[in-house]
Formats: sequence, C-alpha cells, structure tokens
Amino acid sequence: MSQTDATALRSLAPTTAAAYRSDSFARAAWGRFLRDRFAVAALVIFVLIAAISFTAPLITANILHSDPNRGRLTQKFRSPDREHPLGTDDFGRDQLARLLHAGQVSLSIGFLSAFVSLAIGVSLGMLAAYYGRWVDDAINALVQMFNNIPTLFLLILLSIIFRPSVVGLAFLIGLTGWTGTTRQVRARVLSERRRDYVDAAIVMGARTRRIVYRHILPNVSSLVLVFAGFDIIGAIISEAGISYLGFGVQIPTASWGNMLSKSFDYFTIAPWLIIAPGVIVVLTELCLFQLTDGLRDALDPRLKS
Amino acid sequence: MGRFIVRRFFQSCLLLLGVATMSFSLIHLAPGGPEVFNEDPRLPREYAQQQRADFGLDKPLPVQYVIWLGQAARLNFGRSFVDKRPVTDKIFERVPNTFLLAGSSLLLGFLGVPLGVLAALRRGRSFDHATRFFTALGNATPHWWLGLIILLVSARTVHWFPLAGTQTIGDGSLLDRLHHLLLPALLGAIGGWIGYSRLVRSEFLEVSTQDFVRTARAKGLPERSVIVRHTLRNALLPVVTSLGGLLTVVLSGSLLFETTFSWPGIGRLAYEAAQQRDYPVVMALTIFTAALSILGNFFVDIAYTFVDPRVQYE
Repeated sequence: MSQTDATALRSLAPTTAAAYRSDSFARAAWGRFLRDRFAVAALVIFVLIAAISFTAPLITANILHSDPNRGRLTQKFRSPDREHPLGTDDFGRDQLARLLHAGQVSLSIGFLSAFVSLAIGVSLGMLAAYYGRWVDDAINALVQMFNNIPTLFLLILLSIIFRPSVVGLAFLIGLTGWTGTTRQVRARVLSERRRDYVDAAIVMGARTRRIVYRHILPNVSSLVLVFAGFDIIGAIISEAGISYLGFGVQIPTASWGNMLSKSFDYFTIAPWLIIAPGVIVVLTELCLFQLTDGLRDALDPRLKS
Repeated sequence: MGRFIVRRFFQSCLLLLGVATMSFSLIHLAPGGPEVFNEDPRLPREYAQQQRADFGLDKPLPVQYVIWLGQAARLNFGRSFVDKRPVTDKIFERVPNTFLLAGSSLLLGFLGVPLGVLAALRRGRSFDHATRFFTALGNATPHWWLGLIILLVSARTVHWFPLAGTQTIGDGSLLDRLHHLLLPALLGAIGGWIGYSRLVRSEFLEVSTQDFVRTARAKGLPERSVIVRHTLRNALLPVVTSLGGLLTVVLSGSLLFETTFSWPGIGRLAYEAAQQRDYPVVMALTIFTAALSILGNFFVDIAYTFVDPRVQYE
C-alpha cells in the first residue's frame, strides 16, 4: 500500500483519534489537494509568477540589464525585439522589466488587502454569530450597507480624498471587500454550533469563550484559507481596475493595472503595450481560481458535489 | 405581505441613512476637512461663503450633521468645481445613458440562464466542461481589458465595433445607436452569464433530486414538462434574489465600461470628475449609485414574495 493510499484511507475514516489531530488533518487535505492535477499545476505556475515578480529587481538588473523606471526617449514605442522582449513604452522604458516589477506591487496589494478584509471579515462574522441579537443585527446592517455601495465609486472617492500610497491603497481595497467573508464565517459558525462536538463541550462544562476559540474556530479556520484565496483574486482585479482608471497605484511605480492606464494613447502606435499586462493578470487570476477551488475541495470534501 | 413591504421599506431608508452618515463622516475625515468640498480656486469666493451658511459649517458637528442630511434630502450636493453647475443637474442628465447601458447588460445577462440549464442537463459531458472552462476564464479576466482587446482587434481588422460614444456624429438613427451599444452591453453582461449559468446549473441539479420532481415523473408527465414546469420554475428562484447583487456590480462596472467606451453616463462622469478633483460630484455620485442599488434591491425583494409564495416573512 502506497503512502497516498494510506492517507486516503485515513481521510475516509476520521473516527480514529489521530484523524482529529490537526497535523494529520492537514496531511490528509494536502493528499487530497495533490490528487487534483489542475490545482497542482495552478499552484506551480502561481508560485513561479510570484517568485519571478518578487525577485524582479535581481532579474532586471542582472539578466535583462534594464531599469523599469528609467528609459531613453529616443527608444520609445519600440516593438518587441531581442533587446526588449515586450517592447518599450511612451518613455522608452523596457516593458518586460516594468511588468516584473509591477507583479511585485500588484501581488503585494492582493495579499495585503486580503489580509485586511480577512481580519475584518472573520472577526465580524464570529462576533455576529457568537453574540447574536443586536450585535448580529448591527453587523448585518453594516454588511448590507457595504454590499449596496458600488465598490469602484467608493474606491475612487476614497482615492481622491486620501491620495493613498501603495500600502494605503491595499488597505482601502481590503476595507471595501470583507462582506462576503463575514457572511460566510457567520453562517459557518452558526452551523458548527449545532454539531454534537459543541454539545459535548457544553456538557463537559466548557465556557462559551472556550467553545468558540478552542472548538469552533479550528473547524472554521481551514475555510479561512479559501476565503483568503477569493479575497486575493478580488483585490487583484480591483487594483487592476482602479489603477487602469488612474486612481490606484501612481506612476512611476508600475502595477499591472496602471500599465494599462494609457491604453488609448497606445491604440494605434503600440498595441503590444495593451496585451502583456492583461495576459499576466488573466494567467495569475486563473491560477488563483483553480488553486482556491482545489483547496476548497481538499479542505472540505463534504462540499464537493 | 403589506407589513413586510413596510418593514423592508424602513430597512431601505435606514441603509440609505447609513450611507449618508458614512459620506458625512468622510467629508469631515478628509484631510483639509469639509472645506475641501466647498472651496476651490475655480469657484468664486462668494460661493464658499454661501456654502458655509447653507451647510452651517460654523455650527457644532451634530447640528452640521442634521443640516447636511436636510440638504442631501433636498438633493443639494453643492456645485461642480469645473463648470459651476449644481451637481444634481450634472448627474441627472447623464442617468438615461447609464440606464440604457446597465439595463441592456442586465437583460443580456439573463442569457446565462439557458446556459446553466443546458449545462445541468448535460452534466459531465463536454458542454458542461466547456461552460465550466469559460466561466473560469471569464472570472479571471478583467472585462474592460477584454473590451480593449476586442476594440483593438476590431479596429485593425474587421471594423465591427465603433470605438467610442453613443452614436456617430450626424447620424442618430436607431440602428447606429444599437451598434454603439452592442459591445459595451455584451461586456457588461458577462458577469450575468457567469453568475447565472453557475447558479442555475447547481440549483437545477439540486431541484431535480426533490420529491416533487420524482412525483412528476412517476405520474407519467412528459420529460419536457418535468423539466420546464417543475424543475426549471423552481430553479429560477435564486436568479431573482441575485438580481439585486448583480445590479450593484453592474453599476460599479459602469465606471470601467463607460470610461473605456467614452459612454457619457454617470460612470464616465465619475471618472472625469475624479480626474479634475471635482469632489462634490464624486461624493454625490457615490451616494446616488448606492441609493439606486438600495432601491433596486428593495424592488427585487418585493418581487421575490410574488415569485415564491413559500417564503414567510415575520
């Protein structure tokens, strides 16, 4: 019997005490994840994109020998060739170098805003489910309110009022994207509360606080990873949109969104400048979707239809 | 039923009050304070004095709050910094264009329903996999960028789509207008296609396992009738519920599509105003679109009580 078969068996029979220990739960989930070929491929490509983006300064300096922020005006709008694989932009800057550096910015914004919206979403969701009554109503009203505000209008308003830095922008995007997580965490905590193990804990005399932190939270936490995935996906799309409009990451710092902000000026002279940043966004988002999907199935086999 | 409508109406008013309160706080949290929204070198000095009197900016904060709410209820959001016209006038003249585009997108979005039904009927077959693949691709792609690419390709080869605006100058025929509407409306509908096809598919599969579907089959109804009258009708319920959320998304997306296609609606107005730091216009637009979305969700919820009589409201 191979190693993976053993893992699979263990995941099928979670009645043994060992299966409830968190490390073997993680191992079982990892085993399930590895069997999803698309998810694994997505993970590999995403890690590759992230690795290249975050080592961009090294790559551009040592391999491409170009500077993302310095260009020669005599070299502007050069179509892709050996020296500039993705061509040059309106300042004669190397598009590939900018694209790699932009990845660093866009991905960081994705991670950071996901962190912000998770922090807000998970805590509000737990609060709503834990305290119920007016706390639940108040949080629900807040969720409803944010759900009814068209996000981009609010983001643009916040952007022109506060003129945020890259980090500030990530916070603003996170601040407008937590409602989904709140709702899901709330629903999940409420359904967990009706489970036998919670009754057992109550019978043993555990306090509500202990039940929430020691018993319910670990059962919800695996889902948090899934929400994190969706939050990152949402944040990257938001960043691209708002920077495309010119109210996100400010030039000269490159981001995948703001590289497209002058698309209309490029329309006839340099169409290649419109293609590459979009393609990399699509590729990254596609990977993240597959990855998150795979994670969800692996972490919660009950959900799989 | 009547009580539910009244209750839901008050809820909507409260939500609106919440949005207004948030906007008021933003005005006061802004670096530079509320003056930022009233004073601008592009406007005459007397205007700022007038605003200060109208909005009671020398009074304590709670009083200012009440005055501001009163002015907002009268749709007074000040004047645009750029052309000195009342903000509300600028918004209302753009609204019909946005309604046309957003409405077309919402309508076209319903094409996702048959897609979902077909995917459910051919579950596990190639059509199902194909819709799944295109859903994933559609989710991963910024739709405005797809619009740029289609425009780019069209402009270089087939010239199918006009590049910008609602009509060719000097040609106001219906056909020409529809021609300009087509691409932005289709792009705005992608969200609906993705959302509805997935939703209807899973709901359809869920409903097909219900007892009443088995009963319908057992009593010998033709398969067509089982699918359309028994399964589909019930599978369509969540489509009504999700319409409200989709409205908000389409409104938000109007900023990107209207900017990309130079479509003179409120999304484009927000873009132009934000570029010129025309704070009162952007502020008013945020409140206005939120109000539209709250109103839309109100009607969707009312409609739902008619569609699904099983729902009971306390």
